[in-house]
Order: sequence, then C-alpha cells, then structure tokens
Amino acid sequence: MATVTATEPTLTEHTAPSPDPSYIQVKNFSFWYGSSQVIHDQTFSMPKQKVTAFIGPSGCGKSTLLRCFNRMNDLIDGIHHEGDITVGGESIFNPMLEVISLRKRVGMVFQKYNPFPKSIYENIVYSLRVAGRNKKSELDEVVERSLRNAALWDEVKDRLQDSALGLSGGQMQRLCIARAIANQPEILLMDEPCSALDPVATGKIEELIHQLKRQFTIVIVTHNMQQAARVSDRTAFFYLGKLIEYDETQKIFMNPEKPQTEDYVSGRFG
Amino acid sequence: MPHHHFYESELEDIRRKLVLMGEKCIDLVRLSFQALEQNDLSIAQRVLGMDDEIDELELHIDNESVRYLSLRAPVATDVRMLTVCMKGCHDLERVGDEASSIAKRVRRLARQGRPIGDLAGIPQMTEMVIGILRKSIDSFVNESYDEALSLPEIDRKVDDLNRSNYDILMSRSADDSKYVPIGIELIFISKSLERIGDHAVNIGEEVAYLIKAKNISHTDLVRRAPTRS
Repeated sequence: MATVTATEPTLTEHTAPSPDPSYIQVKNFSFWYGSSQVIHDQTFSMPKQKVTAFIGPSGCGKSTLLRCFNRMNDLIDGIHHEGDITVGGESIFNPMLEVISLRKRVGMVFQKYNPFPKSIYENIVYSLRVAGRNKKSELDEVVERSLRNAALWDEVKDRLQDSALGLSGGQMQRLCIARAIANQPEILLMDEPCSALDPVATGKIEELIHQLKRQFTIVIVTHNMQQAARVSDRTAFFYLGKLIEYDETQKIFMNPEKPQTEDYVSGRFG
Repeated sequence: MPHHHFYESELEDIRRKLVLMGEKCIDLVRLSFQALEQNDLSIAQRVLGMDDEIDELELHIDNESVRYLSLRAPVATDVRMLTVCMKGCHDLERVGDEASSIAKRVRRLARQGRPIGDLAGIPQMTEMVIGILRKSIDSFVNESYDEALSLPEIDRKVDDLNRSNYDILMSRSADDSKYVPIGIELIFISKSLERIGDHAVNIGEEVAYLIKAKNISHTDLVRRAPTRS
C-alpha cells in the first residue's frame, strides 16, 4: 500500500505565514518632485520576512517609493510628501528619528553594483569602521557572516584583501548585498539588482533572495516579470503613481483581478 | 556544473504526487478485484473511498502544474515533465473511475443473491492490467523509453482476453437466461479492465514524449491492435 497521503505538505514554502503581515505600512502616501506628483495617495502594507516585488512600467513611481523607505530621496532638492510610512509601527518621518539610524535598519542594493575601490574585506566593514567599531575579531566575524549570507564566502575567502573591483559582475553584486547586510538591517531594498547580470549570476542572486527572506524583509523593484514571479511572495503593480493591484504573487500571475495587470504581466501593455 | 533553482523542489513534488497517484491506482485495481473475487462489499466500499483520494491528487497536480507554469517560466524538459504530469494524472483519474465502476458492479452482483461462479479470464486479465500499470509507472520513475514502448504489446494481450471474456460470458448467457444479469456485469468489468490497460499505454506514450521530445501517439510504435486484413 502507498504510505504517502495526498494531503502531505509540499516541500515548498509558498504558504508559510509572515510573523507580521503589516510590517511596513504606507498610509495615504503622496510624493512630489517639485510640482510633479509621482505617487498619488497610496495606502497598503507589506509583510515581514517576505519578498514584495514592485512591478510597473518606467516612471510609474515604484523606484521612488522604494527610495522613500530609507529616505534616500531626502538627498534630492525640491521633494516633499504627504501621508506616512511606518516600519514596525514607527514612522520613518518622525522628526526625532535620525536618518542614519533608519538607513542602518533599511539596507539597499542598487541596479549597478557599486563596490568601493577598496579590498573585499574593507567594503564589508566600511560602515562598522565609520561607526567606530574597529575590533579585528568582531570585524572578521561580520565579514565571514555577511559573505556566507551572501553566498560569496567560498569564492573569496582566500583573497579578502584583494580589490573588490577584481571580482566578476555577479560577485560584485553579491558583495554589495553582503555590505548591505553587514549591519544586520531589518529591511533590504533592491532596485533591479539583476538587470546588469547574466542569467547565471541572476540565478544566484534569486537563490540568495530566497535564502535571505528568512532573516530580512525584502522589497525588490524589477522589470523582469519572471523574476518577480519566481522570487516574490507578494507583487504590487504600479502605474502612473498608483497601485493598480497588489496581491499574493501567484494571484497576480495566475489570475489578476484587473485587465491592466494581466496586460502588463503578459507583456501586452500599451 | 548545473545550477539548481530553489523552486525545483516544487516540480519534484508534482512528479512525486503523480507516482503516488499511480501507486494508489494499482492498489485500487487490486482491491476492486479482491472485492469481486471474495464478494466482499466492505472492500468495494473502501475502493470508492480511495477513489476520492485519487481525485484529490488529480486536482493537486493540475493546480500545482498551472502554478509552476505561471510563476516559474519552465522550458525544455521541465515543460514536458509538467505536461506529462498533467496528462498522466487525467489518465490515472480515469483508472480510479474504472476501479470504482468495478466496485459498484460488485455491489450490484451481490444484490442478485446468487453465486457468481467462474470469473472467466477476469483474474488473469487483472494480473496483466496491474502489471501494465506497474510498468507504466516504472517507466516514468526510471525514465525508460524501452519500458514505455513495451506497453502496447501487453495491452494487445489484455484486449484479446477482453474479447475472449465477451465470447465466454455471452455464450453462458445464451445457455442460461438466469445468468444474463451476472454475465452483463462481468462483461462490463472486463471492459473496465481493458480501458485501464489503454490508460497505462497512454501514460507510456507520455513518458516516451518526456524522454525523446517526440509525440509517438497514433504511430506504429504504439499501435494497439494488429492491423486487420
């Protein structure tokens, strides 16, 4: 007799619950570059220790919103916003909050890998040294842990003092991820992290994202529909500064509510 | 060195569920025959319950396959594996239905209230049908092209037995009009077994497609009945 039952759980994790379904909350949020409004009164929330993908055509506001989460946009002149964004219930626009401490909690990885022109080791410990942490044993530990988490340790452990610029593109991007997680942030923002990588390096980063969500809450902006489908738990489709549809990734890619979403995910948009 | 994706376990899960479904179908065919041979209504009832599990597996495989196609953008062998799982699970679901149909006929035979007597070629046919189902599942598990292509020949023997059962049971019915209700049920049981053989051959064709990426249905490789002159 067959002993396995039909109701045996699958090996996959696509149904595991989040420890906090409303970890990042966007509340009636609008955003302007000068007089140009790019995000229009949006309200939604993102779960903890899950991957949320932002998709949508260029100019839809997804990268702008992503950069709001660690207040990167503060560096741009003439911006202003209305509404609020909270992380773990705490407003990121609280005037008492230091932006530096927010950015420690919210790490970021960019489209184009951008390691410092320093050694692999120094790239990772840079932020710790800035914070005055110079104890070698601690730094060594952070370097190993971060590189292991970024699935890069085995490839570089024998050349930590070599220049980071000698790594391949995929390795440099993983180094940037290692650097972003060295400070153990709670949230990892990724702005098209694979768009400059070949399919093999892309596969490694996607695998890494899948591993990292056990520890971090990840928000990823991507133009690659298959990537959003593969790596994310929830997907948000933006168009012209508005969230058109936001749901479980499998719902968005298998049976979206809005015809506009279906047109976009199937490449028939416009 | 091949790189494995984290979601490949989902495809493996679908594949395992098809194998599980096959194993359950084999159990079901065996049990439905036991119910007939021992005139045991509790076994017949068990068959009907197990058929629900098979239906559930069919739904699971279908849903997960569509999900995988939608989210994982599979190509090449992975696409063929999914189509084999989706088509194979429908064949197996039909096998479950045929076994249920046999169980229901066992109930009707019991209601006739007289001994069924000799089962003609049905016992031998059941063994052959279980054998061909087993081979079809094995050919999938081992991805064996030769094993998959060996199924039509066994199926032809199953068909021959079905025809001979028909002749025997019709002749008994002609000799004894009281035997007609039994004869009819047994003819239908024999026909159900014959259909199960066909589904096993279908699975073999799917496996051949999985391995060689060529559809061999309706070709000489799987011709089911000898060409009649």
